[in-house]
Amino acid sequence: MITKILIPIFGNDVSPRFDLSAEVYIATLDAHSQYLDTRIVVLPQISAEQLCHLILTENVNVVICGGIEDEYYQYLNWKRITVYDSVIGPWEAAISAYIAKNIQSGDILPNQKETDTHD
Amino acid sequence: MKKSAAIQGLFQTPVALEALIDEIPTGLLILDPERRIVTLNHALEALTGFLRTDVGGISCQSVLRSRLCFKQCPLLAMDKDAEACCKHSDIINKDRQLIPVRVTLAPVTDINGDIAGYIETVEDMRGIREPDAEFHQAFSYSKIIGKSPKMEKIFQMLPLIAQNDSSVLITGETGTGKDMLAEAIHETSSRAKGPFIKVNCGALPETLLESELFGHRKGAFTGAVENKTGRFRLAQNGTLYLTEIGDLPLALQVKLLTFLDDKIVYPLGSAKGVHVDVRVIAGTHRNLEQMVKAGHFREDLLFRLNVVRLHLPPIREREEDKRLLIDHFLNTFSSHFGKSIKGFTKNALKLLKAYPYPGNVRELRNIIEYSVNICQNSYIAADQLPAYMSEGLQENGRETEADSSAPQRQTAGTPAKAPHYTSNWPEMEKQMILDALFSSGGRRNKAAETLGWGRSTLWRKMKHYGIE
Repeated sequence: MITKILIPIFGNDVSPRFDLSAEVYIATLDAHSQYLDTRIVVLPQISAEQLCHLILTENVNVVICGGIEDEYYQYLNWKRITVYDSVIGPWEAAISAYIAKNIQSGDILPNQKETDTHD
Repeated sequence: MKKSAAIQGLFQTPVALEALIDEIPTGLLILDPERRIVTLNHALEALTGFLRTDVGGISCQSVLRSRLCFKQCPLLAMDKDAEACCKHSDIINKDRQLIPVRVTLAPVTDINGDIAGYIETVEDMRGIREPDAEFHQAFSYSKIIGKSPKMEKIFQMLPLIAQNDSSVLITGETGTGKDMLAEAIHETSSRAKGPFIKVNCGALPETLLESELFGHRKGAFTGAVENKTGRFRLAQNGTLYLTEIGDLPLALQVKLLTFLDDKIVYPLGSAKGVHVDVRVIAGTHRNLEQMVKAGHFREDLLFRLNVVRLHLPPIREREEDKRLLIDHFLNTFSSHFGKSIKGFTKNALKLLKAYPYPGNVRELRNIIEYSVNICQNSYIAADQLPAYMSEGLQENGRETEADSSAPQRQTAGTPAKAPHYTSNWPEMEKQMILDALFSSGGRRNKAAETLGWGRSTLWRKMKHYGIE
């Protein structure tokens, strides 16, 4: 089964805010968690609604993000999208943690202290 | 999480930093120079949902998740001399709630004056914004009352004006409530947490005023034995209200103009400017346009201040508000002085409504305060109002005391003018005679009747005042 993962990003990190993200990382994985495609999309507008729309049109299955309002969290859940929220750390560490099936909401990922940049 | 830091030298024994900051009911965040979290207090843990044991060493933006982090982090522009700054923003906590907050950020310097870190306070604004409905009751805004069209227009503009940072010029006669309006703008603006500093530009001589406003350096002039922070810097993150701006000396007008342009204050005797974040509101009872024409006020300063102009009408232009104000002040002072006054007698009310109030709302307020003070019954009578009110009106055709035809007489014939009160009795009497002659079309018999005098009295007085 193919899985599509979307991570709103801010520099090298998972964006602290879902609604204020200007860029997203989208990865497509096959059934063996091998990368089929990866890309970074710059959003035309900063808006939680637009981002939700993108998630639905791209047929994303999993969202890994920082702070997200309950309204959008519940909406994505209702659309059967798995959301791991309040994740802190580099987005590369986040996708690795997902592939390793070692991620949950509220995780503070390793190496964050070393790799964190101040944009 | 590393071991709790201890504060030494403040008390007899070392005190744990966390124990100290946990007692503060406002969210508090201490950051290192790279803006990573050193510690936070219980109040911020409760607000964000993150525990300090988990987030030590993590960047501030990842935990606070404020809108400010995405726009432009104010800490990036802070150097060691920077003043604290206060910003309104919002955060999303771990419970996925969007919370409006007020963030105050300041650098922390070590004993050598170098930046050792930063301190942030984060206040939850949910409980503060809700009582807005109570704050704006019917026919009022803050403490200002009115239902006349002119006041309604001002009330409609105020919330919009309060939300931006433009300079405001408030004009209006003495006693119309310019100071209260300035305070209301401050209280409803995003600067409400900051100070509201009022400076009367007409109260101090020029040299003192310059030092008072802009501050001075030690040794700048004889007697300047210490550095002084001026009012501009005291108003940092708040509002500076310059009352009687028309009395500001020309030399200081230039300095104020410079400040309004670049927001930098140069204290007396200092070549180094200090950037301050202050909203300027100016008020005056003078006609600044006329002062510009006469060369007493700089035109360019008027243009700078005149971004938003609010004119408070005098009472004579808001007749509808008289009764509202009278009742409001009666209720206020009755409860304040613990009296159970129900109202005014018919004559007292007639007198209060007829009086022109040259001192505007302030005079009306003082009149009601006086009458509530001396009244010992349930209703305030006409003789319990200040004597000068009835004296003026009694002479003016004895129209105040139980004479129901008086208002009709005023409105009959030529357009009725409000009684014109001047500073002394002879002038007032002369004006009354002229008004009576004008309304009677020059017929002396009718004018004498209007004034309640005999024809010979009117003739004698006309001769006395040289009225042909």
